[in-house]
Amino acid sequence: MTFVKAKLHLEQLEPGDTTDILLTAGEPLDNVPRTATEQGYQVLASVHVRDNIHRLTIKKP
Amino acid sequence: MAEKNKLSIISMSGDFDKVIAVFTLASGAAAVGYEVTIFFTFWGLNSIKKKTGRSFIGTGFLARFFNFLLGGRKSLPLSRLNFGGLSPILMTGMMEGKNVATLEELFDASKALGVSFYACEMAMHVLGLTRDDFIPEVKDVLGVASFLELSKGGQTLFI
Repeated sequence: MTFVKAKLHLEQLEPGDTTDILLTAGEPLDNVPRTATEQGYQVLASVHVRDNIHRLTIKKP
Repeated sequence: MAEKNKLSIISMSGDFDKVIAVFTLASGAAAVGYEVTIFFTFWGLNSIKKKTGRSFIGTGFLARFFNFLLGGRKSLPLSRLNFGGLSPILMTGMMEGKNVATLEELFDASKALGVSFYACEMAMHVLGLTRDDFIPEVKDVLGVASFLELSKGGQTLFI
């Protein structure tokens, strides 16, 4: 479900836009960057924010 | 260009929890690039009615009465421990509390991600329902042969 929400958000972006997505460690953090990359998005950074929260920066091609 | 993966779901149950499974799988698969089709039949048709609560729709007295009892997407019962309709409300609250997508969110996400909805012609006929009783996102009314043609070459689930 995390990628469903992420995908709906990514679709709203204009080409060239970047966005930050907060993810919890585990399945979301494994799945979202992998699937986004497969779909042509560029994962610019993945930063540990606190506890099990990570911030992913993604660019729409 | 490579063909897209396909997932076809036959949605027969009108149970809240099973309908959640339908839209979770549909939206999840659509988000990762699958071409997703849902074929709603019998009680599954309740989730695509325009009227989301209980209302007397359909042609003929029995059909209208039956459809009132069945209700729409916002009156689906839990498959177990429904407690007169209280459990789906509690379950939705628990899902919101745990930041898990609710049935309405999954339903909206499925539509936004381009999942194709089809209604079963025979079940509509039995329940006295017409195309006008359904949401406009329903692409078409199909029989078994057309559904099999649509789902050919992909995975099919029955829920």
